[in-house]
Amino acid sequence: MLEIDWFLGISAIMFSIGIIGVLIRRNAVVIFMCVELMLNAVNLTLVSFSSFHGNIDGQIFVFFALAVAAAEAVVGLAIIIAIFRNNLTVDVTEINLLRW
Amino acid sequence: MIVYLFILLAVLAIGSALAMVINKNVVNSALFLVINMVSLAGIYLLLNAQFLAVIQILVYAGAIMVLFLFVIMLLNVEDEEKLFDKFRVKYFLAFILGAAVVGQIFYSIAGVTNMLPEISSNMAEIGTVEAAGDVLYTKYLLPFEMTAILLTAAVVGALMVAQYKIKKG
Repeated sequence: MLEIDWFLGISAIMFSIGIIGVLIRRNAVVIFMCVELMLNAVNLTLVSFSSFHGNIDGQIFVFFALAVAAAEAVVGLAIIIAIFRNNLTVDVTEINLLRW
Repeated sequence: MIVYLFILLAVLAIGSALAMVINKNVVNSALFLVINMVSLAGIYLLLNAQFLAVIQILVYAGAIMVLFLFVIMLLNVEDEEKLFDKFRVKYFLAFILGAAVVGQIFYSIAGVTNMLPEISSNMAEIGTVEAAGDVLYTKYLLPFEMTAILLTAAVVGALMVAQYKIKKG
């Protein structure tokens, strides 16, 4: 039968892959996708605990997290578009507006 | 049977996540992320969370990834040619940090492994749309209404930010 440790294991591995992606990639869109991957890994942890405890509250929490993730994706991509229109690049090493 | 299905979905999820990170082409990365989302929805189905599995495919694989692909097409970004061409200290450090995080989480899971819950007998009943809607419209009604305001604010804000143009000079 299924054990909760396996689900927590996949979640941890996916979260770490997301961290590595955020650190090594230079394209802002891909960095954003890695953040979504990390959000999904945390959602998997919440859903597995909710199902194994037999309590729905964790799944409702994941539902709200999905709504917030959608809002965050919309605003983040709008910011990326605004940066691209002014700098003509999405390479994070060349964006230095707030750097001194 | 269910264990083999779990192993298949887990390998698919982790493999597509890795492929997303190391792929040079941005569009391919986005499509690998879609595979990852769909296999996660399959894992939710194994956990008997049918409502969230459908929502995951509709919202993530459907809406958010289409938004990402639109932005990628709009920006016309080129491939990252220099990725992994030569060894950089940055890659090594990133790998070390990721391994440290995963080791830390595994260590803390191993410490509490005898306290983790066993599989619940009413797991099949709690993940349905009826159960989710029952709680969502009674106990969590106020946060649910707040979500509507949040999404409206996000859409308006996104339109404002994307239209804004800095005047030259």
